[in-house]
Order: sequence, then structure tokens, then C-alpha cells
Amino acid sequence: MAGESYQVDRAQAMIAGPVASADWLIVVPVVLPIVCGALLLMFRHRMRIHAFMALAALALVTAANASMLRRVLADGPFSMTMGGWLPPFGISFTADVLGVSFALVGSAVAFICCLYSLGDIDRTGRRYGFYAFLMLMMAGVNGAFLTGDMFNLYVWFEVFLISSFGLLILGSDKAQIDGAVKYAILNLVATTLFLIATGYVYGTFGTLNMADLARKVDGLSDTAPLMTLSALYLLAFCMKAAAFPVNFWLPASYHTPRIVTAALFGGLLTKIGIYALMRSMILIFAVERAAYSMPIAIVAGATMILGALGALAQSDLRRMAGFLVISGVGVMLSGLALGSEGGLAGMAFYALNSMVVMTALYILAGTMGAAGAGFSLHDLGGLYRARPLLAAIAFLLILAAAALPPASGLWPKIVLVQASLAEGAGWLAGAILVSGFLTTLALGRVFLLAFWRPASASLPIARVPSLSLAVLLLLLVPVLLVGLYPEPVIAMSGSAAKGLLDPSAYIQAVFPQAGGG
Amino acid sequence: METIFSLLVALFFTGGIYLMLSRHLIRILLGVVLFSNAVNLLIFTNGRLTHAVPPIISPDLMTPAGPVANPLPQALILTAIVISFSFFSFLLVVAYRAYQDLGTDDTEEMRVAEPANEAPPPMGY
Repeated sequence: MAGESYQVDRAQAMIAGPVASADWLIVVPVVLPIVCGALLLMFRHRMRIHAFMALAALALVTAANASMLRRVLADGPFSMTMGGWLPPFGISFTADVLGVSFALVGSAVAFICCLYSLGDIDRTGRRYGFYAFLMLMMAGVNGAFLTGDMFNLYVWFEVFLISSFGLLILGSDKAQIDGAVKYAILNLVATTLFLIATGYVYGTFGTLNMADLARKVDGLSDTAPLMTLSALYLLAFCMKAAAFPVNFWLPASYHTPRIVTAALFGGLLTKIGIYALMRSMILIFAVERAAYSMPIAIVAGATMILGALGALAQSDLRRMAGFLVISGVGVMLSGLALGSEGGLAGMAFYALNSMVVMTALYILAGTMGAAGAGFSLHDLGGLYRARPLLAAIAFLLILAAAALPPASGLWPKIVLVQASLAEGAGWLAGAILVSGFLTTLALGRVFLLAFWRPASASLPIARVPSLSLAVLLLLLVPVLLVGLYPEPVIAMSGSAAKGLLDPSAYIQAVFPQAGGG
Repeated sequence: METIFSLLVALFFTGGIYLMLSRHLIRILLGVVLFSNAVNLLIFTNGRLTHAVPPIISPDLMTPAGPVANPLPQALILTAIVISFSFFSFLLVVAYRAYQDLGTDDTEEMRVAEPANEAPPPMGY
């Protein structure tokens, strides 16, 4: 027996050949930020190179995501399973149009935020590891968008969450600690709910691979408590996405950190909740989603209206931006409530648009605050005469956030309103339009008070850093380009929605032998 | 066996949620600990409970002969324990800092980030 090895046939469980080199691209957006984050921790005393390492890593990640998007748009989804195991034994990463487009816009926005951070993060912030936390958070964000495994999604949620704690309390002033307590505890409850649902999914399905779940769900619909499972996912991800009535952690915390952190959070983190909702409620629990359509629609309507009303009641620019993030989440949820191809396409398009616009809105608030000595509408004034370029940028961004032409926000709202009317949900279309009107009022008042109102004599208007203006102009480029020529993005979000509603290509990418289930 | 564990999980959840509904941070934190341990037990029970059947395949066989324990839930729980422990230690530090800086452990009194009587935005100029 000694010296004689067993001939085990591994073809049932292991991948025989090497992985195609093009497929390795799918792990780059996760591995690169983790490696860069680890290096930044090692070089934490050499603060001069931090920003450049982070910028280089984010540029490469954006390029990797862009090249993956080109591939999935042309050839459909592709997948890579870790450790040489065949799916569903190994953890799969699966790239489809939805995930990759979210990852691409997310990393591009993070790159631009990183540029802005050159002026916003001082030596103290660098010493406490701003860039390391940023890198680890982006690893979590990209991992969440690219993974094809439910438990792995939970792990990436925790990765970006714990890094976001680090970013949130960077500076440790009283308001930050107050905000962090509420943000941390409520988000922990949300992810624990997610874990509970995932534990039950494992007990019920015996698998955690999303493609495997999607092909097994039909056979289990008579016996398994799928309504309960999907309700748990719905609650957990709505909490992450800050939907009413589980949104109170967001206005309590998002205005407390530094502007660049708030911009990243407002741009990226709630969209991961939206993405996870689309993944779980459409790809896996499509039948159950249809049954929950009415409650989701009510939550969507309440979130968008109450968010906009909350924005109207704020005099602090940053807190107003937080409520506008919530209002946008409501508009996205209306797409989930509809569940039609148009609804989901509008939801994905709105989420991508909102990543750029909300980030820009926070940076705009930061720039206005720096120029006018404070974020309060009581103090700001006279910026129109003193800072005309900033006024022009602000005007265009206000149009973008209120979804008025010529900015990009208009088109996803048109898609969503069209889809609501097609599904016979006229009241939902009305709610979307009313929330847009309230947003216009809230932001129009900002323009009225901060720009048109004459400056008070006691508060001199400071110089606006040209870096902030450059970053805002950079963010305006996609907003205006997509606003004037929306065709490619509409087509892309349409194909993302198609890929979710008909998962055969997604399943085929993970299980090539099984013939698409 | 599964029934007993399910009842135990229910007990953990009940205690955890009851404590998390409190206004005091330290009770909320104790609730968080109970809550995350309830989830660990829940995943463990979901992997089906077996007694004294290690997941080892004897050398002359290709597949296990009888029923064996499921090793996957343990991998999941191990990950979840590491994550919830790091979360908990972070929350402890934040709670302690909150007590030092804000002078209270009552969440109702933590109104630094959202002041209670903030003036509404100006109605005109």
C-alpha cells in the first residue's frame, strides 16, 4: 500500500484545466484594493505616497471593470470559481452586466473622490489610515458587486461595512461618535438579518451559489418557506438601502464625517443594498417578489416622498443631501415593485446615475461650505456674485439631482414613470413626479438662499480651491454626456434587466455543462 | 435534537432582541452578542445535527459509507464568529468613547449629530 497512491477521479468535483487567463480579470477589482490597502498599512508613516498609491490602484480597478463591461456586453456573463473546485463547491465570482456596470461606476466615482481627498484629507487623516480604509472599502464594494455566492456576498458586506466604520470616525469628534454608534449598531442588525436569511437558505436549498439557487428555486416553491426567506432578505437589504421605515441610521450619521467620506457613502453604500435587492429578489425569489409587489410599492412611495420632505426641512446642506439620498432610494425601489423589464432597467439606470450625482452633491456641499464658512442655509449667501463658476456648476447639479433636463437624472425617471404607467400603477408614477417636484423645491431654495441672497457683511467669502472645482467639473462630464445622449446607458441597463429576468445565461456561465438548467 | 436547538436559538433571539430594544448602550451591546450567537447556532442547526460521525472517508472508498457530519456550517460559522467578534470589539470601543465624550450611555440623550431643537430653514430673505 505504501507508495501507491489512489487514482481518484476528480472530474466530478475539480476543474481539470487551467482557468482562462481572461477570466482572471474578475478578481482584479477585489485583489488589487486589498493588496494596496495592506501596503498602505505597511507604509503608514510614508504619508506622501499614500494618495498616489490609492489613485493608481483605483485607476487600474476602473480600467479592469471597464474592460470586463466591454466583455459582458459583447459575450454575456462569465464566471470563475475559486480554488479549482467546480461550482457549486467552490465560491464563484460571476460578472454580468448589472454587477459590472455598478462596479465600474462605483470605482470611477471612488477614483474621483480620491482626487478630491487630496485637498480634503490632511496629514492627521492620512496618519489614521484614510487611504487604507478607502482601499479596503472598495475591495468590499467590488466584491459585493462581482460575487456569485450568497454567503460570500455577506462577507463583502461586512468588509465594506467595517472599513466604512473606520472612515466614519476618522477624526473622532463628538458628532462623529454619536453618528457612528447609530450607524454601526443598526447596520450590524441589518447584516445579521442578512446572515439569518442566508443560514436558512443554506438549510433549505443545500447550496449558496446564486446561479445554483436560481435554478433550484422552481423545484422548491411548493415545499419550502420561500415567502419567509424572501421577506427576511427584503427587510435586511431595505435596511442597507435606507428605505423607510428602516432608514433612520442614514440621516443620523452621513453628515458627520469628512466631506469626501460622506460623498463616497452617499454615492456607493446604499446602492449596494439596491444591487443586493435586485440580485436576491429578481434572480432568485422572482415569484415571491411579485407577491410582495404592493408592500414594496408602498415602501417605495413613502421613502421617496418622506425623503424629499425631510430634505425640505433641513437647513444643513449635508443633512439635506442625506435625505435626498433616501428619496432616490425610494425611486429605485419603485422599479423593484414593478418588477417589469422597464422597471428594473430604470432602477439600475437610476442607481448608476445616483452614484455620480449624490457624490457630486456632497462635494458641492463641501465646496459651498468651504467658500461660505459653514453648511447652514442661515449663514450662506452671496455666492452667485462672488463665485460665478461655482454657481454654474451648482445650478447644473441641482438640475441633475432634481432630474430635470439637460442632466442625466431625467432619463431613468422617464423610464420608471413609463414602466409604472405600463403596469397600471399610476399612483406610483405620480409619487415619482411629486418627489421630483419636492426635490426641486428643496434644492431651488438652496440656490435662492446660498447663491442669490446677498452676502451678510460679517461673513467673508473664502477662496474656492481650484481642485474642488475641477473635481465637480469632472463629475459633471458624465452627467451632461448621458443627459444629452442617453442611448448607450439605456441599452446597457435594459440588458442588465434582461439578464436578471431571464437568468439562463447567468446560470450557463456558472454551470457550462448543465446546459443552462 | 433539532427541536431542542431551535428552541435554544429562539431563546437567544428573544433575549437579544429584548436587550437591543433598551435605550442603554451597554444593554444594546449585550443584546448584539446574544443576537449574533443566535445566528451562529441557527446556521449550525440548519446544517442538520448528527452525533459522532466525523466527515472522514475511509481509504478504500470513494464516497462516505454512511451518514457523516456536514462540515460546511462550521466554516460558515467560523467566518461569522470572526466578523461578529471584530464588530463587537469595535462597538465596545465606540460605546466607551461615546460614554467618555458625550457623557451618557442613553441613546435618547445622544443628540449631538441631530440637535433636538434646530431652527427650520429660513423662509425668505
